[in-house]
Amino acid sequence: MIAGLSPNTQWVLFSTLILGMAAGLIGCLAYWKRQSLMSDALSHAALPGVVIAFALLGFKSIPGMIAGAAVSALLGFLFIQWIQSSSKIKEDTAMGIILSIFFGLGMMLLSIVNRTAGGGQSGLDSFIFGQAASMTGKDVRTMSALALAVIAAVAIGFKEWKLFLFDSDFARGLGLSGKLMNGIYMTLLILVIVIGIQAVGVILMSALLIIPPVSARYWTQSFKRMLILSALFGGGAGAAGTWISTLGKGWPTGPFIVVVSSSLFLISLVFGFQKGWLAKWRHVQAHKRQAAEPLRQNARKEESAV
Amino acid sequence: MSYTGWILLTASLVGLTCGIVGTFLILRRMAMMADAISHSVLLGIVVAYLITRQLSGGHMLIGSIAAGLLTALLVQFLHSRGVAHDASIGVVFTTLFAAGVILIATQVGNAHLDVKHALMGEITFVPWNTVDVPWIGAVPQATLLLFIVLLIVLTVILALYKEWKITSFDPALAASLGLPVALMHYLFMTLVSVTTVASFDAVGAIMVVAMLITPAAAAYLWTERLSVMLLLSCAFGVLAAVAGYYIAVLLDTSISGSMAFAAGLVFIVSFLVSPTSGVLARRFRAPAIAEEQGR
Repeated sequence: MIAGLSPNTQWVLFSTLILGMAAGLIGCLAYWKRQSLMSDALSHAALPGVVIAFALLGFKSIPGMIAGAAVSALLGFLFIQWIQSSSKIKEDTAMGIILSIFFGLGMMLLSIVNRTAGGGQSGLDSFIFGQAASMTGKDVRTMSALALAVIAAVAIGFKEWKLFLFDSDFARGLGLSGKLMNGIYMTLLILVIVIGIQAVGVILMSALLIIPPVSARYWTQSFKRMLILSALFGGGAGAAGTWISTLGKGWPTGPFIVVVSSSLFLISLVFGFQKGWLAKWRHVQAHKRQAAEPLRQNARKEESAV
Repeated sequence: MSYTGWILLTASLVGLTCGIVGTFLILRRMAMMADAISHSVLLGIVVAYLITRQLSGGHMLIGSIAAGLLTALLVQFLHSRGVAHDASIGVVFTTLFAAGVILIATQVGNAHLDVKHALMGEITFVPWNTVDVPWIGAVPQATLLLFIVLLIVLTVILALYKEWKITSFDPALAASLGLPVALMHYLFMTLVSVTTVASFDAVGAIMVVAMLITPAAAAYLWTERLSVMLLLSCAFGVLAAVAGYYIAVLLDTSISGSMAFAAGLVFIVSFLVSPTSGVLARRFRAPAIAEEQGR
């Protein structure tokens, strides 16, 4: 891969690339389900699960922590659903409540675990902002494998996802269970969040899911192209951000990935073919010219008549 | 006043201020906007620090107001460009927050301002950093700042109480009456930013969200009246702050985390037992109503 980087760094780069792609794909699904901020709530809600898994196992085991994070994110999701379905509280308030309570609980547990023996060296703090450099070869392989599985799940079921998102009635008519698809979508979303939090941290994980689809939307109207572009933006931001964070000592990975991702967003905002500023401006100019054309012809006719 | 006394007073001031602002946040359906502003305020504080090289209340306030308004403006701008509202919130605050963290990691180091402090706050340090106030004596800086912010929030809310009520419940009516709805929106965003930064020393940027949203949401479950909701929300905020402090002392753990957790407990109790909209009340009332209708 890139010359001059240690093999470990190359592996980490590869894993954040795959992770970024997976997050970009799932982010597209969340974008069309209008659940962009749900990913923010769920990634915060994963924190107590990570800490509890560490406390129960007594050592840092990636599969254990992924399981813990998944359980606690799922609990958070169910609570949000329950609060909004059985009271007058709206979805965004419910998300804010669950997000902050779970995160607060996570911080309580984290400082208890950090106080007890060996907790200080566990690197649990890196779950808040992400420290891709602290990942071992085994972590990287687990993460990459899971992220590849997520990518495959979106690619294989492309037609089904499209139906599920854009015409759920028709999908039901074809015998595609909405409940099942929703379940799979939620599972994939939680999976991406929990494998991502070690690299980018619980606070910024949502950026990986939100920003690439919004950027991709500026370039195309086709769902397929949006998925591909979003995956490219996400993967590119993941790899580039990780690479930048290796340049300084102790620099956190997550924020750099987000900043690269936001730069891609700004470029899309200005230059995007479909909805970018330049495209819109040219569109408006073309319209003006078109609208002015009959007038000009009239003027020419009058001139020739005179 | 004793050491614990100052801490409890500071925490209660956080509960009061957040309780008032939070009520309107929920009624205006802007809970996630508070989450966004509390994150991006970090950038404002870091930039203010980089420019002035000191962490004083005034500079932090100006920096945070600027960051809060920038967030509100950018979200509005992206939304007007066709990005869904929640997606534009997500794009803006993660970007500003990431920029703040990067500036801290690369420019500031761990000398005066570290990320963990900014996020979690350190209320145990509050009583040590005092300033002299005429006639009263030495008062912790953070407590004084919170007190001033509480006065500002109270003045703005009470002076325009009727206007806030109309713009929160019926923005269309407010606009037709000629009220400056957009201006009031940005004024309110300013209040949220000021509250966030004042609570920053005590509970940290993220836990402010818990104190803003959760007590107010709990109060919302008990009443339909705005004035009652405001009072209840303040009471729940103070209760959560004080109870959270004692839970933290008992378990020897993060104080701001415990406060968020205590706010959660208040919410859960309200959610279950509130006489009007609690889960239990509904369950018991549902069969009775069904019976009545069956007759």
